[in-house]
Amino acid sequence: MTPLLEVSHVCHAYHTLTGETAALSDLTFSVEEGEFFVIVGPSGCGKSTLLSLLSGLIPVEEGTIRLSQSPLAGHQTKIGYMLQKDHLFEWRTVYRNVVLGLEIQKKETPENVEHVEQMLKDYGLFAFKDSRPSELSGGMRQRAALIRTLALDPSLLLLDEPFSALDYQTRLNVCDDVYKIIKKEKKTAILVTHDLSEAVSMADRILILSKRPAKIRRILPVHFSDETMTPMQRRQAPEFKDYFNEIWKELNTDGQ
Amino acid sequence: MDNERISPRQAAFLKEHRRHHHLVAFLRFLAFFLFLVLWEVSAALHWIDAFIFSSPSRILQTILDMGKDHTIFRHTGITLYETLLSFVLVLLISFLTATVLWFSETVSEILEPWLVILNSLPKSALAPLLIVWLGANTGTIIVAGMSVAVFGSIISMYTAFRDTDEEKIKLIYTLGGNRMKVLQCVVIPSSIPSIISILKVNIGLCLVGVIIGEFLAAREGLGYLIIYASQIFKLNYLITALIILCIIAFGLYQAIQKLEHHIRKTRHL
Repeated sequence: MTPLLEVSHVCHAYHTLTGETAALSDLTFSVEEGEFFVIVGPSGCGKSTLLSLLSGLIPVEEGTIRLSQSPLAGHQTKIGYMLQKDHLFEWRTVYRNVVLGLEIQKKETPENVEHVEQMLKDYGLFAFKDSRPSELSGGMRQRAALIRTLALDPSLLLLDEPFSALDYQTRLNVCDDVYKIIKKEKKTAILVTHDLSEAVSMADRILILSKRPAKIRRILPVHFSDETMTPMQRRQAPEFKDYFNEIWKELNTDGQ
Repeated sequence: MDNERISPRQAAFLKEHRRHHHLVAFLRFLAFFLFLVLWEVSAALHWIDAFIFSSPSRILQTILDMGKDHTIFRHTGITLYETLLSFVLVLLISFLTATVLWFSETVSEILEPWLVILNSLPKSALAPLLIVWLGANTGTIIVAGMSVAVFGSIISMYTAFRDTDEEKIKLIYTLGGNRMKVLQCVVIPSSIPSIISILKVNIGLCLVGVIIGEFLAAREGLGYLIIYASQIFKLNYLITALIILCIIAFGLYQAIQKLEHHIRKTRHL
């Protein structure tokens, strides 16, 4: 089976008047269909740059990125991007927020609208569809943001530290929720995080990046005895701390 | 508020709040009333020269006289009409210009120093030039009203547009939107509170500009009335016109505040 996403020899640099800053150097990896792929690395190493490249927000300078075997060109409707904050608009109701993508792309067809309503029902937001975002809890807001992304039915989901703005307790719950939703909707996901326990608790494979300019240090497959575990259950499993320590060691030998 | 039972302490708090509110309203009225009495008495007892300082009773008489021959309504109506028209035009022009500047960084870079210079220029200095160019008519006065407000309004509106959260803009791009969608879905809605404060400033500035215009190039309107009255030394007319101006300024500001309240309520800002 060919992978859903193939990244080969991608390099990227930022240009300013004071000079050129290399952000990514020679990244090659691939993501399989249905996989939960997590990227970890020290902060400022270029993780967000990588996501921006994958989503087509910034053009690829060097190397190639292929999605379902065709090269990326501009914005991809097949790729959904979830940002750090939920950015729900207070001047829209929850429902008008979650259909924002459909509205922008003029895809408010009966099937798509029904799909959105079904997701609102499944994930406990239907009763709040006419409320304002400020009336929702942090966890509900994050779910609404995820539904907004899923409404466009992307085949690949990019998640840029989507839990970092939440308090710890909410974060654990939302992490569980989001994981279940992504699995239920059978989506392929790439999550970027600097939280190692979050990475171990969700990933099928973990890509470990070095300091800037980011190089691949290692791609670590993650296997738990029970494949159906939720992130919360994984945190209690005996393998959890072994994986955690392994990544920790990998990140801390950086540059030596 | 509701039929919920309120605790005695809460009731006491609410009562104290109402008492304070009433006290302020009463003292405001009392101060105004005492001022009027003092003014009237001083004029009656010749402490001040009523010919120069006028008096409440003379002003009331002037208003009644001018009401009878409808001149007061004509002057007030003209000034109000010119102010509102220049206000609406300022709003349209600054919105369109700010949008163009937001769309093109290059255009805004080119125009920025000119806007800053025109904004800091004392606009009353422009009025004589406008009369020569456009003639002494209502159009000139409306342009004079606009000239005071429009440059500052463009700069403020453009700044509000540019201050939009970059991450919210990124969201629209991730959902497949173009720059037009960014403008529609994020930039304009999130700038509404700033636009309302711009409106509040502009309505006052337009009134200033219109009065300057009427000083120089009008045969009707409150600005004309003020100049005319000062030239023929009818201070009763002059002070009456000033009082009407106060009422207009207050009324326009209140109207915008009502609008703001309405927008905040319907848009949940």
